[in-house]
Amino acid sequence: MKQSLFESRYQPQWHAFAEQLTQLEQGKAKAADVTDFPHQYRRLCQHLALAQERGYSSYLVDPLQQLALRGHQQLYRHRSQLGAKVLSFILADFPRLVRAQWRFVLVASLLFFGSLAGVALLVYLFPDLIYSIVGPQQVAEMHSMYNPEASRLGRAAERASSEDWMMFGYYVMHNIGIAFQTFAAGLLLGLGLGSVFFLIFNGLIIGAISGHLTEIGFGQTFWSFVIGHGAFELSAIALAGAAGLQLGWALIAPGQLTRGESLRLAAHQSVQMLCGVMVFLLIAAFIEAYWSSTTSVAPWLKYLVGTLLWLLVAAYLIFAGRTHHAPE
Amino acid sequence: MPSAPLDTRYQIETPEGIDLPLRPAGLVPRALAFGFDLGLRGLVMGILVVPLALLGNIGIGIGSLLLFLVSWWYMVLFEVLNQGCSPGKQVMGLRVVQDDGTPIGWSASLIRNLLRFVDMLPFGYFLGAISCLQHPHFKRLGDLAAGTLVIYREHPLPRPNVPAAAALRLPFALDLSEQRAILGFAERQGELSAERVHELASILATPLQVSPARAAEQLNGVARGLLGPT
Repeated sequence: MKQSLFESRYQPQWHAFAEQLTQLEQGKAKAADVTDFPHQYRRLCQHLALAQERGYSSYLVDPLQQLALRGHQQLYRHRSQLGAKVLSFILADFPRLVRAQWRFVLVASLLFFGSLAGVALLVYLFPDLIYSIVGPQQVAEMHSMYNPEASRLGRAAERASSEDWMMFGYYVMHNIGIAFQTFAAGLLLGLGLGSVFFLIFNGLIIGAISGHLTEIGFGQTFWSFVIGHGAFELSAIALAGAAGLQLGWALIAPGQLTRGESLRLAAHQSVQMLCGVMVFLLIAAFIEAYWSSTTSVAPWLKYLVGTLLWLLVAAYLIFAGRTHHAPE
Repeated sequence: MPSAPLDTRYQIETPEGIDLPLRPAGLVPRALAFGFDLGLRGLVMGILVVPLALLGNIGIGIGSLLLFLVSWWYMVLFEVLNQGCSPGKQVMGLRVVQDDGTPIGWSASLIRNLLRFVDMLPFGYFLGAISCLQHPHFKRLGDLAAGTLVIYREHPLPRPNVPAAAALRLPFALDLSEQRAILGFAERQGELSAERVHELASILATPLQVSPARAAEQLNGVARGLLGPT
């Protein structure tokens, strides 16, 4: 068949297909209008193959190729029900993922909580050590923040309830930023060393401050403040570090795969872990802004709630999603 | 199809058995697109600062939530919800796709944009630029991990007219690439100067067995013959 005949015979079909594509791309297409879309797409692919095989001019082949590309993008997209997916992720997939990656989680937790506890103990025993880790200005800031005489706790000494909002925003931005850094640093130096550094660094700072504040007698205000949201926040940092370590490990020991391929697979899993971390940090920011900072609640109640929250996090990560049929 | 060494086209084969060429975008247009996005974000935050400052503490809270959203989610939201184009990419005519040619999804977009942090190290996208320059398809580290590709969006081309000539049949058979070359010559004639047309056509004067002066006309005739009657 000559090119002109071919073109004039099928031109209307291509136009109709292009119109359908435009509708789909703008999200305006109704389900009834696009039932024959796969059929039309395959017919277009056949026309394209014919046009190439018969040596038709590139001004005919190229538009057909563009149409095929647009059709490919519409037909082979990953559509999923976002709501159901989010629910099943929170109820089952995230804890399952954490358990599946238990080696990285263990290493990250040891690095983070180990350095935290070790430095806290050291600073408690040798008080002057604090100044070699944290600058004197920051220490003074901490003093004013956790002074038992203040009516509200947290970053600002005294706050009205409208400031809870402000702190909520601040915590979300600051904490999730830290978690993202800890994760992304996993790729650094190709050895996961970045994540190790951030885990130990954060552990050092938090440990030093907690040891110091306990030692000078601000322990009551400090511990009752941090215990509640700490359950979510500290475990989230450890998990973000674990995700980063996984990324680094994929580069060190790719196994049977090429390094690039292994990185891609690891990134896909670890970004899921990171989504869970973000949920944790949002909860933590919420608790930190609205519950931890109130002083009208007695400290023992805060300790009780805090302990329950720690148990809740542990139980969630260990037991959720064990049975297979429940969330699906 | 063997690709020439300088060709950066990236072929994907679809399940229908056809090859779709993608054209990956290099460092400069991507940097410009990023610059545009950065400026736009700065502008939006700059405008919003004034009314938010008037709101007091609630304003600061909303402001920092917005800052979080804009700095970590701006790219992700635009790429997933707007056919792989952030505003900067839209302006530069680029888009992001998975490297199998399908549209980018949430997790891939999140990976490539979180790892932007690593690409920026140690300063000014240094690692990203190096990775982008040495990779055959210009991927930065985030693209490598997410399996994504930044490509040029295709624009429909206007169809040129083949010059009028009497349809001709050659006494010998042409293979496919020769057919396409002759059709290409006829279709692109409008963009070339008369001298260049003459020069190109006279290469084929001997096999066509005509004088160099008439070669262009002869080729147009052959192209007409290949196209067939309308």
